[in-house]
Amino acid sequence: MGKAVAVIGTGQTRHGRRNDVSYPELVREAVKVALIDAGITPKDIEGVVTGTMPSMMEGVSDTHFYFADALCEVGKPVLKVESCGSTGQSIAHCGYYWVASGLADLVLVVGMEKMFEGDGQATMTTVADPWFMKPFSAGAPGVFTMQAMEWMHRFNIPEDQAREAAALISVTHHDSALDNPYAHIKIKVSIEDAKNAPIITYPVRLLDVCPTSDGACAVVLASEEKAKKICKKPAWIKGVGFRGEEFFLGESNKSIWPSATEAAQHAYQQAGIKNPLKELDVAEVYNPFTYQEMIFYECFGFCPRGKSPDYVLKGTFSMAGALPCDPSGGVLCTNPIGASGLIRLAEAARQVTGKAGARQVEGAKLALSHAMGGIDQFNGVTIVGAKL
Amino acid sequence: MAEVKPKEKPRELIAQVSVPYEMALGRNWHRFFESLKEEKIMGTQCRTCNRVFVPPRSFCPRCFEDNDQWVEVGQEGTIETWCYSNLMFYGQTLKPPFIAVQVHLDGTDVGFQHRIAGFDLSDFEKVRALVKFGGRVRVVWNPEKKGNIFDIDYFELVPG
Repeated sequence: MGKAVAVIGTGQTRHGRRNDVSYPELVREAVKVALIDAGITPKDIEGVVTGTMPSMMEGVSDTHFYFADALCEVGKPVLKVESCGSTGQSIAHCGYYWVASGLADLVLVVGMEKMFEGDGQATMTTVADPWFMKPFSAGAPGVFTMQAMEWMHRFNIPEDQAREAAALISVTHHDSALDNPYAHIKIKVSIEDAKNAPIITYPVRLLDVCPTSDGACAVVLASEEKAKKICKKPAWIKGVGFRGEEFFLGESNKSIWPSATEAAQHAYQQAGIKNPLKELDVAEVYNPFTYQEMIFYECFGFCPRGKSPDYVLKGTFSMAGALPCDPSGGVLCTNPIGASGLIRLAEAARQVTGKAGARQVEGAKLALSHAMGGIDQFNGVTIVGAKL
Repeated sequence: MAEVKPKEKPRELIAQVSVPYEMALGRNWHRFFESLKEEKIMGTQCRTCNRVFVPPRSFCPRCFEDNDQWVEVGQEGTIETWCYSNLMFYGQTLKPPFIAVQVHLDGTDVGFQHRIAGFDLSDFEKVRALVKFGGRVRVVWNPEKKGNIFDIDYFELVPG
């Protein structure tokens, strides 16, 4: 670990279809809220880190130029980082390294996506190589379904049990989203609704899958000295971990997902976490698909391999459980992709500083945030805590 | 102050970005696709970890050594995982419904992406009764060779 770094401000837009604003206006909306939350002005910012999905999603290349004014980056150093779905964690880590190195005291990190403007699945197919994987990809649902099927098979998980657990995750998150003023999908869902929703790619159904959203998220990172001076309740970054895998899907085992497992382990090591289920108070797991969320629980050591459905059905990860996961409703209810991974960090920071409103987990002191990107290729984890 | 709702919904610009590319296969993948024309599946092997790769890798992704050793691999394999897709996405090559599959080809150490076909795919329940984890599949060659991945037309289920 380098020097101590804190999250001292967060800002989110209202997420959903935001054709009431242009893209730079949407970005500014999140930045403005974060600056007010941190109690700083644009001139205080020493550097900006930003990122989105691939430019095919945006229709405009190099969006850090397009958003220059909204990002308060004019006259300042700027970095653009992208890693598909894990972009939000990648930019947070980049900002963290910048401040932890001691070369800046205040860095603004901003992730954004306007998914209603482009074609999400068409963009996603361009992440695959054109010769070997693209011809057989059925958007993100196809890839994640292959992974879920492999996981169920490897651990002999009965299909009915996995279905039941996935439905409960869907119900829990949709309920949570009703408590989140920024969430996109706000509907009451029943177990029966989830189990009988239209099939996307079997066994994944419509209510197991995230929406496409417009939205942005901004986070202000500060050095220890700065944070102590201007922020009453900073959220301290306790650990960061990021791992990648081989490019081709068939070259690593996605049912035990090495990158997710090792990214979490690396972050736990730094944070001194030995028993995550016991020590963490809340987790914001990147969860575009209910089945995949269960694989993450296992990779992060929340439960033994192959046992996620048992733990889910016991209520371990529900709001009243031992480790509430995604009290924001998560990616399942809100997914402006370039922002989604950073929203996980912003939500985790609000939880450990007691600023999560109706979705607050009582007394939360230590939280995990996470994002996944590429064709199941990258995973990033950031742990934040109330204490330095 | 109450928010003033504008009377008109702001317009959207309908746009399309189209960019042509000439993407180089490199000698390695060029050789692979040339071999498909002769109904051979060629992989490369790492001399350090001995793993055999299809798609062939010109270097081992883990050892970072040159994979200069070519081996012909089997045309049968085992189903590692699969997915039934019945949705059409923009830019998708295959028309739904189709079955995407990850096959562990005999004589290789990785999973290979392709499709399973050769029977009626319209009813998922019938498909599910036929396609099994660990089930065997075999290459069906496309009589018309173009030097691309569809020279392997599809994988058929091997009874048993």
